[in-house]
Amino acid sequence: MAFDRLFNLGFDLVTSISVLALVSVGLAITFGMRGIINLAHGEFIMLGAFATLTGVRNGLNTWVAMLAAAVAVGVFGIIVERLLIRWLYARLADTMLATWGLSLVMVQVIENIYGSVTEGIAVPVGDFSVGNYSMSTYNVVLMGAAVACVLVTYAVMRHTRYGLHARASVQSPSMAESLGVNTSRINMWTFGFGASLAGAAGAVLAPLVGVIPTMGQTFVARSFMTVIVGGPAFVAGPVSASGLLGFIENVSTNLFTPVIGQAMLLIAAIVILRFLPQGLTGQRSLR
Amino acid sequence: MSANQSMTGRRARSRLSRLAVAIVAVALTVAACTSSDDDAEPAAETAAAADAGTADTAAEATETTAAVAADDTPADEPAAPADTEPIRVGSLLDETGPLNIYGTPMADATRLAIADINAKGGVLGRQLELVALDSKSDQNEYIAGADRLVSEDLAVVHAGITSASREAIRPIFDEAELLYFYNVLYEGGVCDRNTFVTGVVPTQQLQVLIPWAIENMGPRLYVLAADYNYGQISADWVREYAAVNGGEIVGEDFFPLDVAEFGTTISEVQEASPDAVVSLLVGGAHMSFYSQYNAAGVNADIPIVSTTFGLGSEQVALDAASSEGIVVAYPYFEELDTAVNAEFVAAWHGEFGSDYPYVTDLAVYVWEGWHLWADAVNAAGTLDRDAVIAQLESGVSFVSPKGEVSLDGGSHHLVQPVSLARANADNGFDVFETFDNIPPSFEQDVCDLIASPDTNEQFTP
Repeated sequence: MAFDRLFNLGFDLVTSISVLALVSVGLAITFGMRGIINLAHGEFIMLGAFATLTGVRNGLNTWVAMLAAAVAVGVFGIIVERLLIRWLYARLADTMLATWGLSLVMVQVIENIYGSVTEGIAVPVGDFSVGNYSMSTYNVVLMGAAVACVLVTYAVMRHTRYGLHARASVQSPSMAESLGVNTSRINMWTFGFGASLAGAAGAVLAPLVGVIPTMGQTFVARSFMTVIVGGPAFVAGPVSASGLLGFIENVSTNLFTPVIGQAMLLIAAIVILRFLPQGLTGQRSLR
Repeated sequence: MSANQSMTGRRARSRLSRLAVAIVAVALTVAACTSSDDDAEPAAETAAAADAGTADTAAEATETTAAVAADDTPADEPAAPADTEPIRVGSLLDETGPLNIYGTPMADATRLAIADINAKGGVLGRQLELVALDSKSDQNEYIAGADRLVSEDLAVVHAGITSASREAIRPIFDEAELLYFYNVLYEGGVCDRNTFVTGVVPTQQLQVLIPWAIENMGPRLYVLAADYNYGQISADWVREYAAVNGGEIVGEDFFPLDVAEFGTTISEVQEASPDAVVSLLVGGAHMSFYSQYNAAGVNADIPIVSTTFGLGSEQVALDAASSEGIVVAYPYFEELDTAVNAEFVAAWHGEFGSDYPYVTDLAVYVWEGWHLWADAVNAAGTLDRDAVIAQLESGVSFVSPKGEVSLDGGSHHLVQPVSLARANADNGFDVFETFDNIPPSFEQDVCDLIASPDTNEQFTP
């Protein structure tokens, strides 16, 4: 196989993995919290995309609009946590129902504001060629964004006082409380942080997908699959699962057909969870 | 204590992960139910479930619109009370959920058509009263909705978007002997005396598009299609029309409807280096293909032709660079330059606002369906189903915004014009060639409901 084709294959593979990591790292954070299953995760991604679109329409530079979108969705996440989530900690089924309801409301509100179709935004950079293959420069941005999101998450969770408290609040809330950590306040920030990462994912994906109110559904199932296959570790979980699932999907799509690629993705997830019911990082402590 | 604690922790985590698996299952099911359009079989399975549990849900979505244009009603007609009562008619479309990119313009067209018919004196001198249900992009809602509509004493029902939804509700209307119109572009082949189809079928689009693509772009075609009956059947037709016109299929890929990543495919297209890509992609997730194809810079070298691009207003949702230059074949474009269309678009914008994204091809099938029915009832002079079917089968025609369309009595499909157009930078299309009277050739070959009215099946090539 010629070098250009090989490079192209590798480039696609890394792009797929980056997309999976982007859409799942925010969910991994909120999922790790005590009994919060955020079924509105896809809609947080959608909100990030629409916020970006709105920023660009109002004359913001695309990159600035993307950053602003991540912040805006984070703020929205904090509001949601205060109004809705904080009453439901440790009530799994209730959070699922509440966030599913929230997702329906979000889709409908966005649709009432923007209509069922609205004009998308352009890819802000061009393309490049290696040999006979032309590739999107923007995919490099996507990879960079995925790496940045992962690194930021790791840095915040490992090296800040908030991160320490957040991990303590997840691992043993009563112990954290007794040591003087305001877990309610910490959980608020954690939910906001997760929402903001989802918003960032939506912002970065906006030029590459059709920005429509129902776009969240495209991502929510994959995000959950990645997070659950990854297991409880905030960073190592989604990163390892994205790598593994992205690899399997991409290679089987390449060798066979897109249909088989999708099937292999599901089969891989089922097999992994059968033998590692707590996910790839299940044997390790929360970190 | 620490061992104890870690035991508890592990047990909690394991419980969490077991729950998590359940959630993934739920999420996948939700995604599959709402975004996919499978064959008829799953639809049949869901019928039982709907009967058992969700029969009451469609009622919540009910919205009964009595579109009465009082000032235009002929007031001087002396008639018995029964003759002045409104005629109740039904509609069942996806106005919410992911399919509403198709359903919203169709529901709007329904309201506009009813208002127009009422403003012109109604049907048999009576006003129409619309019972419009929202099927919420949910197959179960279709079955519950259809069950409700057959109990409502209606004269006709215009319903369904996806083929799966049509195959779920068509038997219900057949059994109730309730006249049914399906006003959507679809894979073709339905042959049923109770059902009339105004939508274009693949042979009508492809007999225009493929020869043009081979002549103007080159003979080597790469087909990308949605993985369900529409995509599969259309891909077969592309192969056939390519063979007849000296073309060649150099690659073919099918995609589940929730695939939104096309990197691998774009590479494979580049490797095969065809003269053109034929896109039969469908739905919101597949929209991503066009963005990613443009981002990779391939659309400058390998042009796209499509029989589906624009159906969900893709040319509006995508940025100009991603959609510009894609060549499509449809019966209707908002930009068509006819007097009837100018009036139609003006009425549309008057009703729904001048910032309406795009009057879609699907919207016009709905408009035609309602008018063909209303004209047929007026000509037959009765609401009796058999008389109306006989009238419709006699070869009725209607001047639509797209030009003249006529109903092929034997196949219950429309003979209609098909135009070629190029997506432009302003979220619209530039129409560059129109072909009149394109027949639904496959349906005419296999289906003659005048000669054999008891036929009831969907033919596939």
